[in-house]
Amino acid sequence: MRALRGRGGRAHLIGVTGPPGSGKSTLCDKLIAALRKRGARVGVLAVDPSSPFTGGAILGDRLRMQSHATDEGVFIRSLASRGRLGGLSRATQAAARALDAAGYDFVLIETVGVGQSEVDIVKIADTVVLVSVPGLGDDIQVIKAGVMEIGDVFVVNKADRDGADRVVRELRSMLEMAATLRRNAVPASVDTLAGRTSALSAGKSGAAGFGAAKPGAVSGPGMTAPRPAREWSAEELAHHLTENANSVTVANDAELPPILKTVAETGEGVEELVEAVLAHRAGLAAAGLLEARRLEGIRAEMRSLIAFRLLDALEGGEGRAREDALAKAVLAGEEDVYGAAEALFAALSKGGRT
Amino acid sequence: MDRKIRVLVAKPGLDGHDRGAKVIARALRDDGMEVIYTGLRQTPEQIVQAAIQEDVDVVALSILSGAHNHLFPRVTELLKEKGAEDVLVIGGGVIPEADYGFLMSKGIAAVFGPGTPTKATIDFIREHVRQK
Repeated sequence: MRALRGRGGRAHLIGVTGPPGSGKSTLCDKLIAALRKRGARVGVLAVDPSSPFTGGAILGDRLRMQSHATDEGVFIRSLASRGRLGGLSRATQAAARALDAAGYDFVLIETVGVGQSEVDIVKIADTVVLVSVPGLGDDIQVIKAGVMEIGDVFVVNKADRDGADRVVRELRSMLEMAATLRRNAVPASVDTLAGRTSALSAGKSGAAGFGAAKPGAVSGPGMTAPRPAREWSAEELAHHLTENANSVTVANDAELPPILKTVAETGEGVEELVEAVLAHRAGLAAAGLLEARRLEGIRAEMRSLIAFRLLDALEGGEGRAREDALAKAVLAGEEDVYGAAEALFAALSKGGRT
Repeated sequence: MDRKIRVLVAKPGLDGHDRGAKVIARALRDDGMEVIYTGLRQTPEQIVQAAIQEDVDVVALSILSGAHNHLFPRVTELLKEKGAEDVLVIGGGVIPEADYGFLMSKGIAAVFGPGTPTKATIDFIREHVRQK
């Protein structure tokens, strides 16, 4: 990795995430084709889960991308999650960096099929494409914390199926609610994902031309004007949302992450998706937020490297023995689990310093 | 951490039956290997490109169409061309025993016919990959 220092940073990293079977791989296949048509070289990292019991894995994402198998401008590498739970594998970030350094213009990173909480992709990707499909649940699922918060571009795939429009409506109402809450509640200094997203949207509406890819987006009177930064009461908010239920949809388009309908199988909507990703990239760059986002990712990577080192140290003979002894002590009631963890951590950090 | 053995299970040729390939893939998975499955009707070019990009230790070819004497050697040839002749190539499917010798002379390390216990394939892979 040392040899790659200073060679990267040019590629745009696109994360593609969503539940199992939502069509991520097929969508990637079509994205590759669309990007290739524009003359870009495309690297792909496709992560599938490892067995928690044997450590083995079936890596089947590549199967959907075989139309590019002999294209020299496309490099596809399958990765097994190898015990990591955030939707990626330990090596994903390093592999993305290698593809970047090798001169690929775009790196698509397809996560494992995710549930509600696998959000590691947001720490790696410059643009996160969140893939939903009809039939997975109601609007309460959509406002839950976790994976629904990380999308920069929302896709409703399999849009030829019943219920696609409902998913679009639910996503839209979730994003509108989030935007309204953000405008009024989140102080910029608090480091939350919502805060960062808020900064991002602020950058978006400020960036000239961003969102212009969507013809028909109307800047509504007064809707994009900054509002006084104060907490709204629930009544005020409810009133605001109801009152603007119809106008908000149109007026706020430029401020909301795009929601697109696709049918990956036929390629329908994929051109629009590429446009949306490119627009997001342009917006990040114009607002100077790309660097902030990448810094955050590097910070997260360093932290996880440290965590892995500690866990690796536990796997070693001496660490394992100490862990066993402490676990037995906890079971026997001689020690509590916090004290045991403290002792183990102290021993590990001492070991790390030598 | 143990280095994982990575295996590409590929189906060259035009037959549409991948039950056997999937059973093998599953068996190797259950033995702790990482298996890349690329689906039906692959050309030797596609298989070799995938083997290189995926940096696999083993390419396991399954074929039922009878074109093994043409397609298997093409895979080993292309691997050699790309400087990847260290990849272990094994075959399976419906292959007459009379052809085993020819295939082995073309760099196929072993051929596993119908009825081979999956354990035999696993053991062969473990033994021969480790030699490297």
